[in-house]
Amino acid sequence: MNVNQSAPPVPPFGQPQPVYPGYHQSNYGGQPGSTAPPTPYGAYNGPVPGFQQTPPQGVSRAPPSSGAPPASTAQAPCGQATYGQFGPGDIQNGPSSTVQMQRLPGSQPFGSPLAPVVSQSSVLQPYGPSLTSAEVTAQLAGMQISGAVAPAPPASGLGYGTPTSLASASGSFPNSGLYGSYPQGQAPPLSHAHGHPGVQPPQRSVPPQASSFIPPASGGPRMPSMTGPLLPGQGFGGLPVSQPNHVSSPPPQALPHGTQMTGPPGPPPPMHSPQQPGYQLQQNGSFGPARGPQPSYGSPYPGAPTFGSQPGPPQPLPPKRLDPDAIPSPQLNELPPQQKTRHRIDPDAIPSPIQVIEDDRNNRGSEPFVTGVRGQVPPLVTTNFLVKDQGNASPRYIRCTSYNIPCTSDMAKQAQVPLAAVIKPLARLPPEEASPYVVDHGESGPLRCNRCKAYMCPFMQFIEGGRRFQCCFCSCINDVPPQYFQHLDHTGKRVDAYDRPELSLGSYEFLATVDYCKNNKFPSSPAFIFMIDVSYNAIRTGLVRLLCEELKSLLDFLPREGRAEESAIRVGFVTYNKVLHFYNVKSSLAQPQMMVVSDVADMFVPLLDGFLVNVNESRAVITSLLDQIPEMFADTRETETVFAPVIQAGMEALKAAECAGKLFLFHTSLPIAEAPGKLKNRDDRKLINTDKEKTLFQPQTGAYQTLAKECVAQGCCVDLFLFPNQYVDVATLSVVPQLTGGSIYKYACFQVENDQERFLSDLRRDVQKIVGFDAVMRVRTSTGIRAVDFFGAFYMSNTTDVELAGLDGDKTVTVEFKHDDRLNEESGALLQCALLYTSCAGQRRLRIHNLALNCCTQLADLYRNCETDTLINYMAKFAYRGVLNSPVKTVRDTLITQCAQILACYRKNCASPSSAGQLILPECMKLLPVYLNCVLKSDVLQPGAEVTTDDRAYVRQLVTSMDVAETNIFFYPRLLPLTKSPIESTTEPPAVRASEERLSNGDIYLLENGLNLFLWVGASVQQGVVQSLFNVSSFSQISSGLSVLPVLDNPLSTKVRGLIDSLRAQRSRYMKLIVVKQEDKLEMLFKHFLVEDKSLSGGASYVDFLCHMHKEIRQLLS
Amino acid sequence: MATYQEFIQQNEERDGVRFSWNVWPSSRLEATRMVVPLACLLTPLKGRPDLPPVQYEPVLCSRPTCKAVLNPLCQVDYRAKLWACNFCFQRNQFPPAYAGISEVNQPAELMPQFSTIEYVIQRGAPSPLIFLYVVDTCLEEDDLQALKESLQMSLSLLPPDALVGLITFGRMVQVHELSCEGISKSYVFRGTKDLTAKQIQDMLGLTKPAMPMQQARPAQPQEHPFVSSRFLQPVHKIDMNFTDLLGELQRDPWPVTQGKRPLRSTGVALSIAVGLLEGTFPNTGARIMLFTGGPPTQGPGMVVGDELKIPIRSWHDIEKDNTRFMKKATKHYEMLANRAAANGHCIDIYACALDQTGLLEMKCCTNLTGGYMVMGDSFNTSLFKQTFQRIFSKDFHGDFQMAFGAALEVKTSRELKIAGAIGPCVSLKVKGPCVSENELGIGGTSQWKICGLDPTSTLGVYFEVVNQHNAPIPQGGRGAIQFVTQYQHSSTQRRIRVTTIARNWADAQSQLRHIEAAFDQEAAAVLMARLGVFRAESEEGPDVLRWLDRQLIRLCQKFGQYNKEDPASFRLSDSFSLYPQFMFHLRRSPFLQVFNNSPDESSYYRHHFARQDLTQSLIMIQPVLYSYSFHGPPEPVLLDSSSILADRILLMDTFFQIVIYLGETIAQWRKAGYQDMPEYENFKHLLQAPLDDAQEILQVRFPMPRYINTEHGGSQARFLLSKVNPSQTHNNLYAWGQETGAPILTDDVSLQVFMDHLKKLAVSSAC
Repeated sequence: MNVNQSAPPVPPFGQPQPVYPGYHQSNYGGQPGSTAPPTPYGAYNGPVPGFQQTPPQGVSRAPPSSGAPPASTAQAPCGQATYGQFGPGDIQNGPSSTVQMQRLPGSQPFGSPLAPVVSQSSVLQPYGPSLTSAEVTAQLAGMQISGAVAPAPPASGLGYGTPTSLASASGSFPNSGLYGSYPQGQAPPLSHAHGHPGVQPPQRSVPPQASSFIPPASGGPRMPSMTGPLLPGQGFGGLPVSQPNHVSSPPPQALPHGTQMTGPPGPPPPMHSPQQPGYQLQQNGSFGPARGPQPSYGSPYPGAPTFGSQPGPPQPLPPKRLDPDAIPSPQLNELPPQQKTRHRIDPDAIPSPIQVIEDDRNNRGSEPFVTGVRGQVPPLVTTNFLVKDQGNASPRYIRCTSYNIPCTSDMAKQAQVPLAAVIKPLARLPPEEASPYVVDHGESGPLRCNRCKAYMCPFMQFIEGGRRFQCCFCSCINDVPPQYFQHLDHTGKRVDAYDRPELSLGSYEFLATVDYCKNNKFPSSPAFIFMIDVSYNAIRTGLVRLLCEELKSLLDFLPREGRAEESAIRVGFVTYNKVLHFYNVKSSLAQPQMMVVSDVADMFVPLLDGFLVNVNESRAVITSLLDQIPEMFADTRETETVFAPVIQAGMEALKAAECAGKLFLFHTSLPIAEAPGKLKNRDDRKLINTDKEKTLFQPQTGAYQTLAKECVAQGCCVDLFLFPNQYVDVATLSVVPQLTGGSIYKYACFQVENDQERFLSDLRRDVQKIVGFDAVMRVRTSTGIRAVDFFGAFYMSNTTDVELAGLDGDKTVTVEFKHDDRLNEESGALLQCALLYTSCAGQRRLRIHNLALNCCTQLADLYRNCETDTLINYMAKFAYRGVLNSPVKTVRDTLITQCAQILACYRKNCASPSSAGQLILPECMKLLPVYLNCVLKSDVLQPGAEVTTDDRAYVRQLVTSMDVAETNIFFYPRLLPLTKSPIESTTEPPAVRASEERLSNGDIYLLENGLNLFLWVGASVQQGVVQSLFNVSSFSQISSGLSVLPVLDNPLSTKVRGLIDSLRAQRSRYMKLIVVKQEDKLEMLFKHFLVEDKSLSGGASYVDFLCHMHKEIRQLLS
Repeated sequence: MATYQEFIQQNEERDGVRFSWNVWPSSRLEATRMVVPLACLLTPLKGRPDLPPVQYEPVLCSRPTCKAVLNPLCQVDYRAKLWACNFCFQRNQFPPAYAGISEVNQPAELMPQFSTIEYVIQRGAPSPLIFLYVVDTCLEEDDLQALKESLQMSLSLLPPDALVGLITFGRMVQVHELSCEGISKSYVFRGTKDLTAKQIQDMLGLTKPAMPMQQARPAQPQEHPFVSSRFLQPVHKIDMNFTDLLGELQRDPWPVTQGKRPLRSTGVALSIAVGLLEGTFPNTGARIMLFTGGPPTQGPGMVVGDELKIPIRSWHDIEKDNTRFMKKATKHYEMLANRAAANGHCIDIYACALDQTGLLEMKCCTNLTGGYMVMGDSFNTSLFKQTFQRIFSKDFHGDFQMAFGAALEVKTSRELKIAGAIGPCVSLKVKGPCVSENELGIGGTSQWKICGLDPTSTLGVYFEVVNQHNAPIPQGGRGAIQFVTQYQHSSTQRRIRVTTIARNWADAQSQLRHIEAAFDQEAAAVLMARLGVFRAESEEGPDVLRWLDRQLIRLCQKFGQYNKEDPASFRLSDSFSLYPQFMFHLRRSPFLQVFNNSPDESSYYRHHFARQDLTQSLIMIQPVLYSYSFHGPPEPVLLDSSSILADRILLMDTFFQIVIYLGETIAQWRKAGYQDMPEYENFKHLLQAPLDDAQEILQVRFPMPRYINTEHGGSQARFLLSKVNPSQTHNNLYAWGQETGAPILTDDVSLQVFMDHLKKLAVSSAC
């Protein structure tokens, strides 16, 4: 009951206070059991029927939460503290604490909104309120249950059940307690500091709960900063004070949702049409609630089914799963089903990515990360930190899912935590960090273990006075060659250890000898070949002219090694439509010569001398060529293009020149001309959600694989720039770039005016970036584990060697390890990644990265040293590869199951015993559900109606070679409020959670995910702001879809544009800005990136998903 | 009437025709007994500066199977305005335009002196001349340079509105686009892949989509320039471009490793050239000019691999059937030649290399299309340069001495049938009532296509007398033959030249003397030689010689006067006296003897033998030898070793070579420098005389002969020694007891021995 009461606090979100009273009372009183909670579950289950049944579940759950209380009380103090934090911050930092906080508010809003609607519209009015409230509570309860457990630290999980939370909270604490012990300590103080007091007041019910939850103090410290700003964010009103905000906004939203949800009652608010649950909200922009989705989620949406397995069992299961606690709820069951649907969990109470990121920044951003210690978990990718290499590779090169590996495969199987390393061998380093030293071992080449061929590294043990060394990977004892001999000091270390990078650093390079070269010949300098589509489409859009103009200057910036005066890279040019045109740009010619090859079925290179040239020597001819290309084809009527022969030609050219290199392809259309690799339009949206959906991701023909294989053999990397107006079958076209380590860039409906900057920026970056050619990567591990699976853009002809025709600093390879023996806790596990490549000056080198990991016999150690971002990187890649072979639904289910198993294992083995109704998340993985949900609802796994097949294939391909930072931002976009922080502040404004609830209509936000950049303008933004940013006098005059901000000389404009520039600089691809006005058509697009909300395509909201995950876990546990 | 000699000469000058027999045996049986078939050498475009073409079209016999042209031999009823066809006896009405004719007002074609007449057809748009250069770039630097210069020079010789195109080849084949400004464009093809005409046209973008084609049909004539514009351009428009383009031509850039031949895709280059013209200008006069500096070494039509250690095939290999590529290559080129011929395009081959270049395989390209074959050592020699320049020589009207896309039709009166033709032509496969079943040469047709013609191109046309012995021809009856040659004049007009001749019939039994006296032994020798060479292409050398010998013996038996088994009594009348000697030299000629010649050389010699006119052919069979001395003006002397005297200068013309040979004493004098002494000025003049005469020959001869200036004991004296009749050899030198002349180191039989044997066999009753 208490719990229920807690609900009241909800109002903040929800609406008018007036409602409150009503709710509280009714709810509490009437429904101790808080039927509501169940509903949420029901929702998951999917089918409408679920609802009704669900209630019971909810009930059941609720109880547990209630049960919890005791515990909570104990911890109460902490809880409060945390609570306070939450309140303010919305931020969830603290795992546990935040969770609670959020939940409370969240739940309330739901309750309130729903309630009003229901009550008013429907006959049930009386009930309505009460019910709603009840529901709310129920939800809360449910949440708590789920979250309740809030494993200690992260544990905030519990937060959900605010109302219940009291009870549950208590329950949770205990759990959290485990972890909590440490975090808590910290938390409390901090939280307090943050002026919880202020916050608390508004939320009456909260206090109790808070107490219970908060324990996880860990969050506490961070909270402070967050809280201030966050609150406002949450509060739709935008004001810091949570209450006021809530009050205002919630109601409207609630209404719509309610209507939808309830279905029957429907009519409620005149304003909101049923159609758009979430969005539109009406009036005041109180988006906040955005509950729309939830409701829908629950019943109408098929979304539930997506989760999968569960739908079937709903009815029977719930009861079973639920704890006895549920019992009280029976009453709830009686409630009309409709109403039940709406329970809500306070979104603020669940783990917040923003908070976690912010905490890590604050905690770890200041000190350099020193890699000397084995098994150290590095700071998050979102944190800026310096790395000091003291024997292990920088996390910029390698990141692992866990830095503490289970010793046995049994343990690993139990935990289900994938063991994977995300390796970015040529990662760029910030200027403050030195790039790897180059070691030259002379003619004999790098020193290696005789048996396993591992390269000399700091972990090799020198014995017998330095005359021999024992391989740290295979334990083989090798002789030290005389020229390498050195005495050992008293610790058994070589005297020269610190003089030799290979004995003291985690990353370094060896100069390769001729034995490491193809055909035993040192490679010649690589070449870049620009291959330009000059068909009608390309000419019409102005692409060719733009490109040629740009190339003239871009050629001065080819990558060069070190401080070399000029780049060693030679360039060549090809244009093509249905046939290919090669150009002879030999410096001795007065005019370039064009050679047309029309025999596309049997491609060959028509010239040798003069095709690949030094830019400086042939500058005049090249310039002349680039001037003439647009003219020559200006009148072309040729619309058909070829594709495979183009790549073939480039590859043959490199073969003829006996060098490695890169092809830059600029292509516009589906290659339908008669030629090898000809494609047909096979786009068929009807296949989505069928077993045949996978064919959309598979290449149409095997020809491209064969071609790619040849390319790899030649060291021919292919970068593809696509400018499609319609379907081009990215899935097939991307095969070669993908397998050769190339990149793909796609500019749908390219228009020079709109996309010029983006394309040129990408092109410049792509051309200028340092790249290694003809590379082979091998990952060696110490005995006990073995690299078994690889993800990324490369080709493998055997099971161990990753072959990359080209590899640049953005490309990442994810490697999965499996046990093949026992590991030793003492010696740990070692990884050595060796990359043999040809530098852009044509030098053959080996880059070595070493990393030592800990091994554990306790699962808890594993969970304590995990990195969720890396885990998500792995899981996303795994899933994205899975869609090639399995139905998407299966892939999604697999992900969910694996996640549930990971968390269940934790709960079972590491968390302190607690009520089953509590969701306890490991601190390191508390974001796993939210991130995983983002993966699940990504375009590839759950496409919306507006997502084209090409987009999906494109994204799928991109993700495959993303590093951890990129996947992180890609799946959970960053949403930055622009007008919240003072204009003078130079730092980036703190992000807010990606949810519509966090948007205030009086504010402007930037949203970016590494590919897209939106500037969202609230409808009631101050006129002054509009004026200073857009140079127009009112909101209505801002043109929608604007992609460039006017350059204005005022602090705000300068700051915003500066921020945009700095965001772009952080990403490997240029993000085109799109200005979205609130309630504009484009807003749909924008909302797609608010990943915590329910998506139009049926993706679950964060809260719903968490509930669902909780259910899964419970199911596993029982 | 004058002598037959004069008659023959007169006829040749007027009609360009020389018959082996100028009085025809009137029955089939008798005709076969004459041994030498009734045949003629026809020079369709023989220069007739005195013959102004008439500007109207010929009047044809209305019988569909006949269609003979009205000629002076037709009987005309001026009153009824009727004429009777002298071939089928069809009576025809004159067309309305002829309403005004009468005995005194005859149209030209009825006048006896116009037995040969040329009509100009005014119909149809004139189509331009087309010259497509196909240039090998696998040449030595200076060779290529010389070739480029020759080609650039040729541009100035072409008529301004002629279309030119350029294809270059080496490892790849490039078709150059000529219309572009700035960047020079070319289409490149792999040199190893055989492409069909359709593929080539597709790849060159010459095929138009179906739709536009239909729409454009009405405007077809205008379409042409458009379609072709990229690869074939009027000289006057792209003169500069083309010169620059040629100037920038580089040697084939692909590396050739030690011990390898450069990869040369001649087969594909030709195939593309043929395909290009086929697609753009079918049935329009065009000349594909292939310049190559070595054998094709890859792709279809390859003649030898690129391994230098494996030499190109020799006659020895061919006899042993040890040639890997020959058959395939020959087939490839034959296919191309036939396609080109079908479209009226001719192919020239200019092959300049020290080694063989595969002319054997490629010969059909020139032989079937009437193109030229030129063989030299280098493009950087005057032999090539002048020969090439001479192709573009003009007659006194300023017209090129070349014609294109000719079709020769032969009509005979009913006592005769056509057995075949030998020359630079292909059969048009037109069967008719006057086509014999017995084929001699290219038979089975009454029409042939000759894609490239010049005023000296000569065909041997063979006939068969089919009149039966029991159906005697009335006294005074004449047989008639009409040659109708339609061609594209170099001024782009279409013209028709009609030659109608008639000869008397004679009963061989009663009037053998007449027939004998009307024997043209020169024409007969050449016609028999053509038959022999034609056979040699497909038969073993010895078989051909045996056949020739047997024919000769039979002829001698038939026309000689002798007592049986008494060789000493053997005599031949004047009209046959030289014939055996021609045969003797023919047997020794490179046309039938392959010894000491490469297959390419044999092909080259035979090529020219099959197309030159009678005079040139005779020179080829029996070279002429002039002797210069202080004793008098230069005199022709016997082609005999006895003519090689120490105090003489000899000038030999074999058609392919001009040899100046200084006798031993003369050579010593020259060495001593007498010619530089004023008191021996006459010696200087003597030395100069043959040089001047040689120069005269060099000026007009096509192809330019190899010019050899040698002396007694010089290594190049072999050219002379191998030609003369070896009357004195190391075997008989002292037997003759004379010290004149030079002994020839050979085992070949001399003319004397040959004649002795001939007499013996002729008088013997054994055969």
